Amino acid sequence: MKAAVIVFPGSNCDRDMAVALRAAGADVEMVWHKDAGLPRGVDLVAVPGGFSFGDYLRCGAIAAQSPVCRAVIDHVHKGGYALGVCNGFQVLTETGLLPGALMRNAGIRFVCRTVPLTVATAESDFTRGYAKGAELQIPVAHHDGNYFVDAPTLERLRAEDRIAFTYGDNPNGSTGDIAGVLSENRRVLGMMPHPERAVDAGHGGTDGRGLFDGLVGALVAA
Amino acid sequence: MKARVQVMLKTGVLDPQGEAIRHALGALGFDGVEGVRQGKVIELDLAGEDAAAAEAQVTEMCEKLLANTVIESYKIDLS
Repeated sequence: MKAAVIVFPGSNCDRDMAVALRAAGADVEMVWHKDAGLPRGVDLVAVPGGFSFGDYLRCGAIAAQSPVCRAVIDHVHKGGYALGVCNGFQVLTETGLLPGALMRNAGIRFVCRTVPLTVATAESDFTRGYAKGAELQIPVAHHDGNYFVDAPTLERLRAEDRIAFTYGDNPNGSTGDIAGVLSENRRVLGMMPHPERAVDAGHGGTDGRGLFDGLVGALVAA
Repeated sequence: MKARVQVMLKTGVLDPQGEAIRHALGALGFDGVEGVRQGKVIELDLAGEDAAAAEAQVTEMCEKLLANTVIESYKIDLS
């Protein structure tokens, strides 16, 4: 199973993401943002956290216009998988691959702590490694993680079981306590919390492993 | 030709920065400020002189990049 991790100027969770994917058994290649294409045979594109292009204009807005993002959009339109974490989630909403937008945290402050998450659906390759309703401890670290969708979109996300994770104690004002959301075909996941920072007991917890093990396992089997 | 693009959060979308400014104004003793909304202004220097073409071009820029129309509205002034 082959994964590509996109690297933008200002990405800072790209190597953590690669470590987490490799630990789950993926063959990982790093891809620079100016590359016009993805490596051949990529199953999963991971868009990592960080501060791509210094968060200029809006978080993720400039990265979403980069050459490699056009390749990511093509990859997803052909049925490929994509995972966006933190800034990667912001990038995926800016490309339109996921609904909604990430706004400044309702409390204004940057939030950096481990938060309780609830697995809202196990019906996706990203969340199949967990039981629905399971509670996880995963770190968040963001200033603009306040997920906004309008009321009709929220209703649709709920009806289509596309909310992957919810916050136990909403740290940023997100609509419907949403921490992670799936695309219509359930092959794109965006989430603000960092599962790649919770894969090693020495770093405070391993609750993020279920995502990588479940996902890589599903893609290996496919 | 110059274009001035004003980008604001849409009405009804919570503006936490505007709220923080409102609280700070209250703390400074400015009474009666019932609401604050903040946004950004982007100024563009354009090569052409055709106002209609410029407006169409800047509108496309707003839709594609300058504003995120999920949460933001924009207003274009040409001069």
